[in-house]
Amino acid sequence: MGKYLKFLTVGMVFGIVLVKSEAVSWYRIFEMFKFQSFHMYGIIGSAVITGIILLLVSKKIKIKNIEGSFLRVPLKDRGFIRYILGGIIFGLGWALCGACPGPMYILIGTGAFSILVVIAAALLGTYVYGLTKDKLPH
Amino acid sequence: MEYILQPWPWFVTGPLLAIIMFLLLYFGRTFGMSSNLRTLCAIGGAGKRVEFFKFDWKSQRWNLVVVLGAILGGFIAHYLLSNPTNINLSEATIKDLNAFGFSNVGQSLVPPELFSWDAVFSIKGILILIVGGFLVGFGTRYAGGCTSGHAITGLSSLQLPSLIAVIGFFAGGLIMIHLIYPILF
Repeated sequence: MGKYLKFLTVGMVFGIVLVKSEAVSWYRIFEMFKFQSFHMYGIIGSAVITGIILLLVSKKIKIKNIEGSFLRVPLKDRGFIRYILGGIIFGLGWALCGACPGPMYILIGTGAFSILVVIAAALLGTYVYGLTKDKLPH
Repeated sequence: MEYILQPWPWFVTGPLLAIIMFLLLYFGRTFGMSSNLRTLCAIGGAGKRVEFFKFDWKSQRWNLVVVLGAILGGFIAHYLLSNPTNINLSEATIKDLNAFGFSNVGQSLVPPELFSWDAVFSIKGILILIVGGFLVGFGTRYAGGCTSGHAITGLSSLQLPSLIAVIGFFAGGLIMIHLIYPILF
């Protein structure tokens, strides 16, 4: 259990941060796609800028992870179709139910239990992708 | 403490999310919330029928622990670390939602028009949640990641596939809100 404690802690911070910033709120997602507030753009933008700096610095000073190898972000496969089509499909769903996968789980904790319907449907969507994967253009 | 109980501004939130991503890399893992959906399918036995779910899901247990933490974090933040306050939405958003027939806009995290049990047990309500969830689950695996994997991790590491995916996320979101919502509501 000990080795899982750090992951539990990171998850808790993640949940707290996304609730306190209201990023788990359907309303904030709606507002974002309406370009009516800077809030969500500020969150994503400052996360990416901080992330770029952290990754560049850790490369520069050669930080190793706890397993002793250099910090490495797994590279996504090359491609276009899967990213743009999959992205659009994801975006349609994200805007429709106002939750991407992280917030889906977090919302359970806030007592919005009807999100379980969304999670069950997301599991089904993932399953259908696995089922049809080889027939889809990637 | 007062600052913690208030909603947190974007410039605190964004860097904290980057630190979460960085910590997971430091722990030898990677930030990706949607991978858990695949793991859960595998745990449910999907690997018996579909090759895509035939993998060692036990190696992904750490990520399920992150999910467990996220649920706990959601509970702590909502019930212990928040003064009851409305979401500080823009006037224009409130006006637009009122026009769609939404009332009490911003008084809860999710709108009762979609997430109350009354809504869930209506045909339209349940369809919205099911179709929305399905598209998220299907789309995220097709695109190979979601907001955490592509928008935060992928863009932070300057990966072109992630940029394409994020452009897709936004294109889909804009189509939904600007073209499809006016038909639905």
